[in-house]
Amino acid sequence: MKLKPVDIQSIREKNASVSAIRSGKGAAEKTIDLLVCAGTGCVSNHSLKVKAALIAEIQKHELQDRVKVVTTGCNGFCANGPIVVVKPDDTFYQLLTPEDIPHLVEEHFVNGRPVEKLMYRPAEKQAPIPKMASIPFFSKQQLIALANRGIVDPERIDEYIALGGYQALAKVLTEMSREQVIEEIKASGLRGRGGAGFPTGKKWEFCKNARVVQEEGSEPAKYIICNADEGDPGAFMDRSIVESDPHALLEGMAIGAYAIGASHGFIYIRGEYPLALERLNQALEQARDYGLLGERILETDFSFDITVSKGAGAFVCGEETSLIGSLEGKLPEPRVRPPYPAQSGYMGKPTNINNVETWANVPHIINRGAEWFSSIGTDTSKGTKVFSLVGKVNNTGLVEVPMGITMREIVFDIGGGIPGGKNFKAVQTGGPSGGCIPESLLDTPVDYESLIQAGSIMGSGGMIVMDEDNCMVEVARYFIAFTQEESCGKCSPCREGTWHMLNVLEDITAGKGREGDIELLEKMGQQIKETALCGLGNTAPNPVLTTIRYFRDEYEAHIRDKRCPAKVCKALITYTIDPGNCTGCTACAKNCPVACISGERKQTHVINQDQCIKCGMCYSVCNFDAVRVE
Amino acid sequence: MAVEVTEKLQSIVERYRGGKSSLIGVMQDISQEYGYLPEEVLKEVAGRIEVPISIFYSLATFYSSFRLEPIGKKHVCACVGTACHVRGAAKIVETLERDLQIEAGETSKDGNYTLETVNCVGACALGPLVTVNGEYYGKMDQKKISRLVKSLRQEISENP
Repeated sequence: MKLKPVDIQSIREKNASVSAIRSGKGAAEKTIDLLVCAGTGCVSNHSLKVKAALIAEIQKHELQDRVKVVTTGCNGFCANGPIVVVKPDDTFYQLLTPEDIPHLVEEHFVNGRPVEKLMYRPAEKQAPIPKMASIPFFSKQQLIALANRGIVDPERIDEYIALGGYQALAKVLTEMSREQVIEEIKASGLRGRGGAGFPTGKKWEFCKNARVVQEEGSEPAKYIICNADEGDPGAFMDRSIVESDPHALLEGMAIGAYAIGASHGFIYIRGEYPLALERLNQALEQARDYGLLGERILETDFSFDITVSKGAGAFVCGEETSLIGSLEGKLPEPRVRPPYPAQSGYMGKPTNINNVETWANVPHIINRGAEWFSSIGTDTSKGTKVFSLVGKVNNTGLVEVPMGITMREIVFDIGGGIPGGKNFKAVQTGGPSGGCIPESLLDTPVDYESLIQAGSIMGSGGMIVMDEDNCMVEVARYFIAFTQEESCGKCSPCREGTWHMLNVLEDITAGKGREGDIELLEKMGQQIKETALCGLGNTAPNPVLTTIRYFRDEYEAHIRDKRCPAKVCKALITYTIDPGNCTGCTACAKNCPVACISGERKQTHVINQDQCIKCGMCYSVCNFDAVRVE
Repeated sequence: MAVEVTEKLQSIVERYRGGKSSLIGVMQDISQEYGYLPEEVLKEVAGRIEVPISIFYSLATFYSSFRLEPIGKKHVCACVGTACHVRGAAKIVETLERDLQIEAGETSKDGNYTLETVNCVGACALGPLVTVNGEYYGKMDQKKISRLVKSLRQEISENP
């Protein structure tokens, strides 16, 4: 069925109960929705088994008319998955197993007694927090790009429409000129969420104004692309948006295509995201069925369709000219700019690239207005930013926060601090292109400029927390090893420079560091930044330069004292057994892969240092805190 | 190995000729069909679409998702994304290499195991994480890994 603009409204009205229940305002509704998170994190934790158990128990108690089970995309609170949220009353259940479900269904939905032991608790002995909105992880967030996360069934377009979807597309196609759309996006202050933060409206305008010679019967004249090749290790914002709310992306792209004058778009999605790909293809089909993509969208003169292209695994594709090369079936090597893609992109035609999160913001700006959007955030960074908060942090997950919030609020208030009572050391933003921010700068507001000042970048939104057990020299080595591996090899500063930096860092972590190494790294890093061809090389030294800037003492300890303060670098540590604590339980000896631990049962054990491979197995299996690392 | 020119192979070629897929798409289609990029298949396709095989080789060795060797029965992937790394992924990889007696990137001679590292599977809350034939095993430590390898060996010995 091809829709007309008025049909959007009628689908919305027909499904009014969906928005009433999911928004929590549907107290008058007689039905209850159980929202089961089916994002990659929860699915890996067997949330689909939890779902099956819920359905079975609900049928057993004959509740199926009153209680519906709905699968949603990523809820965000990945650390505590599998998650089920009860709507409209907002009860939040976590860490569920299929075995919990019979009791849960009977108590909550038959006896009317919510089950406290399956609720979130801030700390072990504290009282549970029953409502999702009151849990600190959620209460400090502000959702725009993720507005529908966890409340919409990503596989049902009607639900997306019920929650306000495709209204913005209808509005631009019937009420706004292309110029007005671009003005609105410009006025909103939206900047690219993929890393560099270029103003989106301006970028669109360049592409719209680019002149093309359209030959008769030739291919489309302009293209738009969605970069969903999330290459940052430790970041999963885009995957989550595609999995939880794919139509938001499609709607944003259709609006952009209208404004720019493109009739075809591509979504270049990372190959390691099978679930996201599946949901995306499904969403595309549904949108085409409804005439929201394809010829004469919503019965207007505007035609636009999207092709999905699966990435083949290359970090450099995050760079827009490389991505275009890859789409064209070539090696993804960056090109010299100018010309920019807005003049000469895919197949030499004007092309506009934005990432998933940027596109997903667009429908909300159209619906609620530039003024509303620009009221959120700081002077130069408007709106919100999605981060994947991971590493040594209690509440691992996906968070969307207003620009200008401090790092401290994200790590400690939303993230719940560091696990195991350990001390915070650094937070890394921007992935391999970003830097490590130390405790002294935790009150830095999160906006494009402040992060650059701190030596890092906003990046696409990876935020990796590190504690006292992480060695910053080793972390720098890790990132340079990554970019060295991913360098496409086209320009020598990046190809050779990262390789030399890696050699120096490997020497330092192997205890072979020399005086002058730090200065050498600084000099090489600066040169690579200034001379590399593309963003990958321009930013590759950042993790090294920031760790030198903020953790120079750790570098010095490695080089001068041949000591790794965090006790990570193998060449600089030894494992020994403390006779005072050793009970002679034999666990270490049994598990040692090279059999270099000797000792009789109930006698103190000893590690033969000549044979020890420093794998740390003894340390991890000892229950008596008897293995020492020095 | 003689290549059977299956209908599937023909349709891969057709899709490319019709402008519906790129060279990378062709290679992804072949990988999907055969599990890797067999040399004979590449030669056959290269001939049919008139693209030098060197171009295929260059693409196959650039992108990380292509492989030129068949994959082992148990495809073990250790995530080494940053979130897993700061939680000790390096130790997980070492343990896997030791227990499986192959280096990351290799397939065991008997064709039973392939060990690879992946830059992030996006399930960071479960780190350190490994996947075996697409199934996720989260919150790993050295001991759990050794146990996992043992159970894989068990499965292989039961279904050789």
